[in-house]
Amino acid sequence: MSSITESGNNTNDGVTNAKEFLTFVLGNEEYGLEILKVQEIRGYDAVTKIANTPEFIKGVVNLRGRIVPIVDLRIKFNLGKVEYNEFTVVIILNLNGRIVGMVVDGVSDVMSLQPNQIRAVPDIVASIDTKYIVGLASVEEKMFILVDIEQLMSSTDMELMDSVAMH
Amino acid sequence: MSIDMSQFYQAFFDEAEELLAEAEHLLLALDLDNPDSEDLNAIFRAAHSIKGGAATFGMTDMAEITHVLENLLDKIRKNEMALTGEHVDTFLEAKDVLNSQLEGHRSGADVDRDVQEEVKRKLKALSEGKPVSAAAEMAAAAASAAAPAAPKPAVVAPAAVVDKMRHYNIDVKALSEKDTANLEGELGLLGDVSSKRLDNGHVAFSLKTEDSEDDIISICAFIVEPEDIKITLQSAAAAPGAAAAPADGKQRYNIEVPELSDKDAENLKSELALLGDVSISKAGGKTIFALTTEDSKDSIESICSFVVDLETLVIKDAPSASAAAPAEDLAVASNGFIEGDGFGFFEPITPPPAAPAAEPEPEPAKPVEAAPAPVIEKKPAAAKKEVEKAAAVETTSIRVGVEKVDQLINLVGELVITQAMLEERISKLDPVTHEDLLNSLGQLTRNTRDLQESVMSIRMMPMDYVFSRFPRMVRDLATRLGKKVEFVTSGAATELDKGLIERIVDPLTHLVRNSIDHGIEVPDVRHQSGKNETGRLSLSASNRGGNIVIEVTDDGAGLNRERILSKAKQSGLPVSDTMPDSDVWQLIFAPGFSTAEQVTDVSGRGVGMDVVKRNVSAMGGVIDIRSALGYGTTMSISLPLTLAILDGMSVSLGDNMYVVPLNLIVETMQPQATDIKTVTGAGFMVHVRGEYLPIIPLYSLFNQPTQITNPVDGVLVIIEAEGKKAALFVDGLVGQQQVVIKSLETNYRKVPGVSGATIMGDGSVALILDVPTIIKMGQNNNSEGVYQ
Amino acid sequence: MAKTILAVDDSGSLRQMVAFSLTAAGYQVVQAVDGQDGLNKARDQVVDLVLTDQNMPNMDGLTLIKSLRGMSSYQKVPILMLTTESSDEMKAKGRAAGANGWLVKPFDPKRLIDVVQKVIG
Repeated sequence: MSSITESGNNTNDGVTNAKEFLTFVLGNEEYGLEILKVQEIRGYDAVTKIANTPEFIKGVVNLRGRIVPIVDLRIKFNLGKVEYNEFTVVIILNLNGRIVGMVVDGVSDVMSLQPNQIRAVPDIVASIDTKYIVGLASVEEKMFILVDIEQLMSSTDMELMDSVAMH
Repeated sequence: MSIDMSQFYQAFFDEAEELLAEAEHLLLALDLDNPDSEDLNAIFRAAHSIKGGAATFGMTDMAEITHVLENLLDKIRKNEMALTGEHVDTFLEAKDVLNSQLEGHRSGADVDRDVQEEVKRKLKALSEGKPVSAAAEMAAAAASAAAPAAPKPAVVAPAAVVDKMRHYNIDVKALSEKDTANLEGELGLLGDVSSKRLDNGHVAFSLKTEDSEDDIISICAFIVEPEDIKITLQSAAAAPGAAAAPADGKQRYNIEVPELSDKDAENLKSELALLGDVSISKAGGKTIFALTTEDSKDSIESICSFVVDLETLVIKDAPSASAAAPAEDLAVASNGFIEGDGFGFFEPITPPPAAPAAEPEPEPAKPVEAAPAPVIEKKPAAAKKEVEKAAAVETTSIRVGVEKVDQLINLVGELVITQAMLEERISKLDPVTHEDLLNSLGQLTRNTRDLQESVMSIRMMPMDYVFSRFPRMVRDLATRLGKKVEFVTSGAATELDKGLIERIVDPLTHLVRNSIDHGIEVPDVRHQSGKNETGRLSLSASNRGGNIVIEVTDDGAGLNRERILSKAKQSGLPVSDTMPDSDVWQLIFAPGFSTAEQVTDVSGRGVGMDVVKRNVSAMGGVIDIRSALGYGTTMSISLPLTLAILDGMSVSLGDNMYVVPLNLIVETMQPQATDIKTVTGAGFMVHVRGEYLPIIPLYSLFNQPTQITNPVDGVLVIIEAEGKKAALFVDGLVGQQQVVIKSLETNYRKVPGVSGATIMGDGSVALILDVPTIIKMGQNNNSEGVYQ
Repeated sequence: MAKTILAVDDSGSLRQMVAFSLTAAGYQVVQAVDGQDGLNKARDQVVDLVLTDQNMPNMDGLTLIKSLRGMSSYQKVPILMLTTESSDEMKAKGRAAGANGWLVKPFDPKRLIDVVQKVIG
């Protein structure tokens, strides 16, 4: 990835500020999320449905003794065909100790980005609300939408956490 | 390699806390007139261990206190000093200070410096045989603290000094005559000093002092740069194989003179014998006297001057090390040991040749063998005493993090499940052909249950922990309300899970308050009703089946059915005059409900009973009320023994499996079509033993597809909670088993109608039903007409 | 094969520190909580080096050292005392009991490893 190397040389402090992103595919768009949030990547196993939850919350699975919810972002954002087969990928995220699985169309790469490679979000419309997008990155002619996955997953939209008033 | 020491802090904190508690316990039990030497040893060891840890982990404040504490304890345990009450008091003070220091390191809390210094001063004074209490002593101590370099008073008991006396060799780079004199004067403040100019221009000071190396450095710093000073701690005695001498303050010298005639040698030996123990040997054309004495070199010189020419006399501080190129940072000390910084070897040790990057082998540094015959066990009695240390107070508990216990409980829970599955599968086998297998399984079952019980008991705590806080509260409250109350408890030894014990305190406090405030009448009223003026309030705990039942009973006025009903009507609650008592009593748990005629500041605002109920439910418990007007009320809380494991019935619904807590199941049935009735506005009802119960179809409640939509084709599980019954309609029963409860909320959220999840034998997740909520949801569903 | 060190100390935190440091430096560490335990463990397995505290319940360090030296398999195994007392009296006692050297507490992991490497490589 020559573009990364070049821009990386432009700044002295750039090296220390570089962040690694896991890129994944949802429909026709490529996304990136900070790799530090990723615990593991798994295939899709049978889930236990939970009553009266939105369709994109697939249910819960047993991840080595922990009960972990699985969300399908393809359903949440109305992207592509929703199929579950041996190629279906679940990214297991560790968000400050909370474990959440997210179904995506595929996982492509890990890339290292310098701050100056990340551009502000224009007003273009991605499938994900811009408030969860930290920026855009262009690498080798491809554009990646960088998602603040923690913000997204803890938002009320995702219905993954208790709202304050519940008891 | 850098190793993060902080990872050991927690272990040290726990250990120190335990040692301090143990020391305190022993101190309080000490018999002053005849202290048990084992106890003294154990206390000494506690201080010693804390000192070691504190010093290692950089908690110098604790190390300092334990150091002086240890010194004093050492004297007492060695019978050099008699134990007094003052000692014990000061030890206890020191213990408190150490506790606060420990807390300081653990949580960053502030520690009072003055208190620390005061305790340190007291301990020091005591170890010097001085009293600590007199005001004059305080002043004296303050004065000496202000002038730390003042010469030590000569009155201190010898035993106190000798232990700490050290002999330092101080090598200082090129120093003028004047500076040498100055420095010698300064060092003289610390102890006995002598100086010698060396050939290389350095000046060597020899200093005997109680003070530390740091003190020497700070004194020298007035005159020379610290990097120009090299201080070596010279052993005061103890040549290899020689007498263990320093305890008595003596110094060993080797006195070399040109070979003497036998007569002269004998003469000199007898002269030297006046100074101390002396032995004689010859080597390399010299006569060598090994002398152990308290006297100075000057005295030796003057004695020798009668016999030999002083020019030819060489007096060495200890056997000279006759060889040895020291390896790297190792220096051959004058006692022949090979010393490094904070460690040393008695003889050169070389790593085995196979070792990579082995150090260059140092030349053998055999200490001079001219030393007199070794007298190793000079104090056999003392040595024997050391050896004879028998088992001191054994540690009777270990500290383990709760999470470790919980993990253990979880694992055992999984084991119980696996065992239950095995049992179920094997029960389908022919018992005759598989007799052995069945017997073995029976054994496994028993072992598993025992294991489970033992593991669960780790988390168990006696109810006394809760009960003990009530007598005081009851007394205060009764006094305030002008009531007379006799308070009794029973079953305080009953054990309950630690997690539950902590959470039961608040609800119980509320119930006890209520009983005193609303239940028990004032003495006048009681007298008029022919009751004893003193009311009786009892708090009891007992095991009933898999539950623990905690009851608060008073012999007060009892609940007033009419008043509760009328109040409920006012509040718009759905009530009827024909409701059974148990239902009426449950009304007091409705939010905002209170029948108290007067709102008191103790209770009676109507806030609370609903909270009590919610807290108890959250613990998986239920609360029941028994009451008779004029005779009293019993509030009965039934709790599961533990939160971690649940006896459950697995039921199937479509592709999924759910677990219903067994203690909330009344019975299960396959209904006949004739049992089922339709009630307008209330959906289907089932007729069970004379009662009509609402049917709650789980598939519609949970919106889950299933083939079985007619209760006749499925199973009805009669559930009961909070005094209400309902018939839960599911596809079928799967089996009864214990499940390990896991929270859904850890990674997900609360789900209405679900209290948790568990992992089944095949690794899949099953949800545990929240029965009270399901009954409520069922009512809403029915009244909204969702269910047709 | 990694060399094995027997670490004997009644203080759990210090023992953990010693064990952790030495393990990190590539040694195998057998831990014992007092002299008696140390002696039992030394019987089970002949180690390459013994590090022992002095002041311990049940059996102190000196007794342990003497007992070990009484075993034929421990005639040549290096033994170091870990001691807060750096007094010469203690050194002399240790030497008489059969120790090869001493290490003054407190020590940091680095020095511990240095000393151990000097002794057994």
